Amino acid sequence: MAKTITEINENIKKGKAVVVTAEEIVDIVEEKGVKRAAQEVDVVTTGTFGPMCSSGIYINLGHTKPRIKLGGGKCYLNEVPAYCGFAAVDIYLGCTHLSDDDPRNKVYPGEFKYGGGHVIEEFVAGKDVRLTATAYGTDCYPRRKLETWINIKDVNEAVLFNPRNVYQNYNVAVNLSNKLIYTYMGVLKPNLGNANYCSAGQLSPLLNDPLYKTIGIGTKIFLGGGVGYVAWQGTQHNPTAKRKDNGVPCVPAGTLAVIGDLKQMRPEWLVGTSFQGYGATLTVGVGIPIPVLNEEIVQYTAVKDEEIFAPIVDYGKQYPYSEKPLVELGEVSYTQLKAGKIKLHGREIPTAPLSSYPKAIEIAETLKDWIKSGRFLLTEAVASLPGPESGLTFKFLKERPIE
Amino acid sequence: MISKRIVLRFPNRLIDQPIICKLVKDYNLEFNILKAYVTPREEGLLVLELKGQDDEYNKGIEYLTRIGVRIQPLSQDIIRNNAKCTHCGICISVCPTGALVIDSITRKVHFYDNKCIACELCIPACPPRAMEVHF
Ligand code: SF4
Ligand code: SF4
Repeated sequence: MAKTITEINENIKKGKAVVVTAEEIVDIVEEKGVKRAAQEVDVVTTGTFGPMCSSGIYINLGHTKPRIKLGGGKCYLNEVPAYCGFAAVDIYLGCTHLSDDDPRNKVYPGEFKYGGGHVIEEFVAGKDVRLTATAYGTDCYPRRKLETWINIKDVNEAVLFNPRNVYQNYNVAVNLSNKLIYTYMGVLKPNLGNANYCSAGQLSPLLNDPLYKTIGIGTKIFLGGGVGYVAWQGTQHNPTAKRKDNGVPCVPAGTLAVIGDLKQMRPEWLVGTSFQGYGATLTVGVGIPIPVLNEEIVQYTAVKDEEIFAPIVDYGKQYPYSEKPLVELGEVSYTQLKAGKIKLHGREIPTAPLSSYPKAIEIAETLKDWIKSGRFLLTEAVASLPGPESGLTFKFLKERPIE
Repeated sequence: MISKRIVLRFPNRLIDQPIICKLVKDYNLEFNILKAYVTPREEGLLVLELKGQDDEYNKGIEYLTRIGVRIQPLSQDIIRNNAKCTHCGICISVCPTGALVIDSITRKVHFYDNKCIACELCIPACPPRAMEVHF
């Protein structure tokens, strides 16, 4: 018997909804079967907490007296440059931005102690942030210089808007070269010294709805400890990526662009992080509820680590130099990855995760509580994300030399 | 038999003295240098694994204290700021001694400071900078 989102919301309002996490649904389906699970469960919650570099915030500062037009000027938040190519007092701060005098990788490997992500964490935490800006001055916006403390509670709007989050599956990074490398996948020791992976596996949002049957534009989500929405498919969304028979991609595939009111979010779920030798970023917590509309959906949410596979990719040479065709060195399941060792080229390689599974559980549990207590209702997607049938795929840049 | 990892701090008047040599000769202690440097304030700093018979070990420590070396157990030096740790797990691949390990059930990362040799590899490798050195 199929359910609708409206019916599920009625149950939520009455405090009668049955909500379980994507981890708990595995056993429920195993015990009761798909049919009964679909009848009994209303919502499955998912979660992920990992570094997501395409994240940032926009702020409307409020007009100054006399007025200033930052558009076309320059602006810094705690010395980290923010983008001001918009109207007078709208600015955007990306999480990977660094102050002009950060040594970056000049002293290799750089530490990247403080970047946009760290500013975002402090701003969300309610700390004062130093804004310094210069503008060229116009008849209607005469002011040329601004130096002030700003606080999240005083600005007009503060919005988290991330063009690409929540990767559906990801590479397992290894290093075939003979030197130690520092990557966005962590420190990789030479000659297959270690293997790092970055997905919550069976708890990860898009792995529980592999063909985007319920998650779409307008889906209400847990974002950074507050409420957000799916705004669009994320950049590099690649629905035509290779999949297994269960529909689950076995390489990085779909992505989401997400948006939400930063003022409601919490610093525990938006953490400024530094990747040695690579850069600064923001580690973001996202949780997505999946309405159990029918048996097919519950079957998808029951996916478990042993049925999800990730490709092993060499970050020593192949990834940086985009060698094509990208030959995967092999494929491993999340069960193998989480066991702490994988086998490759006849050797045992220790594994380590980059995204926090305990935090992913905490997010799925929090979202579950929100829904059970009636404070979080589900939304119907207003448009679907492009699926495999769209033919959409992601390309490399075709460079054309400029004479 | 005692085997401990300790941090020794030498005031600069002691830096060129054959102190460790004396520990070996007079107290029969075995040592393993984990780290050594002279701080900007010209204080010598030595991280040692020191091993020997109980009474000799204690006498050796007594000798060090007497001549003005300050001693501190190692585990105090590297701490994890638990409020900052996100239990991501990335540090387990850099820690050479297994002081940082993932619990296979909870997936949380444990820090066993008794296994820590203060190599500091985890300090810059921890994305939220939860591992801290306190000298
Ligand atoms: S890398 Fe840092 S945050 Fe991650 S588990 Fe280790 S100590 Fe905790
Ligand atoms: S200082 Fe070295 S030994 Fe101690 S926890 Fe960090 S990496 Fe492990």
